[in-house]
Amino acid sequence: MNRNHKKAWLYLLPALLFLIFFMVYPLIDVFIYSAEEGFNFASQSYFGVGLYNFSYVLHDPYFLQAVQNTIILVIITVPVSTGLALLISLGLSSIKPLRDLYQTIYFLPYVTNTLAVGLVFMILFQPTEYTDGLVNMVIEFFGGSAVDFIDGPYWAKMFVLCFYTVWIVLPFKILVLTSALASVNPDYYKAARVDGTPKWRVFTKITLPMISPMIFYLVITGFIGAFKAYSDAVALFGTDLNAAGMNTIVGYVYDMLYGDSGGYPSYASAAAIILFAIVLTVTCINLLVSSRKISR
Amino acid sequence: MKIMLKNLTKKFPGRSRKHPEDVIAVNDFTCEIPDGELVGLLGPSGCGKSTTLNMICGLEDASSGSIFFGDENVTALAPELRGVGMVFQNYALYPHLNVFKNIQFPLENLKGKERLSKGDMKSRVLEAARLVQIEDLLDRKPRELSGGQQQRVAIARALVKMPRVLLLDEPLSNLDARLRLQTREEIRKIQKKTGITTVFVTHDQEEAMSICDRIAVMNHGVLMQEGRPQDVYDNPANLFVARFLGTPPINVFHGTVRDETLFLNQAPVLKVKGVSDQDVIVGIRPEGFLLKSDGPLRCHLERIEVMGRDVSIVSTHSACTGTSLRSIISSESRVDTAAAEVCFSLKPGKVFLFSAKTEERISFEIPGQPLSKGE
Repeated sequence: MNRNHKKAWLYLLPALLFLIFFMVYPLIDVFIYSAEEGFNFASQSYFGVGLYNFSYVLHDPYFLQAVQNTIILVIITVPVSTGLALLISLGLSSIKPLRDLYQTIYFLPYVTNTLAVGLVFMILFQPTEYTDGLVNMVIEFFGGSAVDFIDGPYWAKMFVLCFYTVWIVLPFKILVLTSALASVNPDYYKAARVDGTPKWRVFTKITLPMISPMIFYLVITGFIGAFKAYSDAVALFGTDLNAAGMNTIVGYVYDMLYGDSGGYPSYASAAAIILFAIVLTVTCINLLVSSRKISR
Repeated sequence: MKIMLKNLTKKFPGRSRKHPEDVIAVNDFTCEIPDGELVGLLGPSGCGKSTTLNMICGLEDASSGSIFFGDENVTALAPELRGVGMVFQNYALYPHLNVFKNIQFPLENLKGKERLSKGDMKSRVLEAARLVQIEDLLDRKPRELSGGQQQRVAIARALVKMPRVLLLDEPLSNLDARLRLQTREEIRKIQKKTGITTVFVTHDQEEAMSICDRIAVMNHGVLMQEGRPQDVYDNPANLFVARFLGTPPINVFHGTVRDETLFLNQAPVLKVKGVSDQDVIVGIRPEGFLLKSDGPLRCHLERIEVMGRDVSIVSTHSACTGTSLRSIISSESRVDTAAAEVCFSLKPGKVFLFSAKTEERISFEIPGQPLSKGE
């Protein structure tokens, strides 16, 4: 018994060491940094301990802009991408011919480089001296006036960012949902058919409850992923996100550390902890709701 | 409701380019199921019995042939319009709904004229639940029930629509042995109480023999024989049916008929009147042996298994196709366990002859007495 315990710890040791060095220690360090007021990076010294860093961050208009952007992004993209993914996977699982081809096509964004996708989106949305961009050409064709989606009004930029995020997270969700749909025992559908159950009722009363654990999984990971969004914004709007007004919370943390105005690990840590608190709260709410809904 | 199956055939298209030929799951199946009877579709796995059931249900379309419920041709009808209740092998109870809602589910689908009020639905559900004795489980979830209880819920759900025909697909295969005995009695009782024509699929011949009014034995998609269980057992149409029915299974020998006498390895064992000279396959039921010191069938004794009421004698005979042959005799007969040889005479009614070529039954007149003198 005791010897077995020692053995188990021995086997766990490499993983534990890695976790301690690269997860636990930095985590504690972030909390320490966030409490050190007036930290000087060069001399590695600080004046005192307190909550000033949090107060600074919470009063920083760039941070508030980043929080606003992130929350809008989360609220729009998570429901839209999950709903779209559900529709597409339902379609995929109900067609027979060319299903593999469609599945491959829908999976393409998953294996495509973020920056490459960003470039394509720029071509689609950004007007240049030579062209208004593909999307604007379509808008003009229908009698609208061109909009600069990359360097124009806030709502246009936000639209592109949401569109981009939805498009990039869709494949994984489709993959998860198609396999969830395929794992529903066909006997349930047969039983429903014998009982003459209308299609809509089959979907709401059988399919949806059966795959609800997967949907909640996608919603929770979707929330977390969207809160951590950063590279998507960079791919679309370049590295100076504060100037573009399109920064995200993670982007703000990065800028505080390494950006042109960077070198403030204390502010960055405080912002990171605020993000952590937000994600934790949202995830807890999600889990509470889902555990009430999925009472299997 | 009488069910008529006329030349029912189901072909599935070839699975791949390598196997382009159609798979014939059910071949020219013709059978009549009388009103209010419990019929067992019986056969080894892959014989097409489930496909037949699915065609009666409407889940599979027939490739050709027709299905009648009474005088109504239902071949082209969708399952929900046929008025059938189906119980699936794994019960297919919706895991997120409690028992009450599971049973109520089919009723909520009714539209138009057939629509029921909340109160009517409730009383129908309670009635069905009472029939299968699960009134006290109505707010449980399926996973909180035992296999037998789930089975009853599934039956209640099938019965709540008051179907014309009840179909059960391997209803007992997911239950343990003791529960299986209990549940099959239960199914029998429910069927008798409701009087619904019921078709049930099983690969277990004992199960089918014990509760069915009629059985239909299938093999390779072909109906081998249909009739009352005892009739089929006593008068198998061919070697397959004889082998499939009965535990322990029938003993099979190679034999020859000469001068209306059956020979096993040149030894005459039975007078078979009306059979022309030919090679035959001989099936002898385990209960068809009589211990007799000067009996014509001499076997090498292997061992004796005493099972209370009966004694089972395991012996070998050179003409036997199996490794050994098993005979069951009443425990009152005394067997010399030390003897190397055991001799039997045969009960002619328990001996079946089959053509060595077609494996079809060859009947013979049973004379008043077995071949050896006196009994």
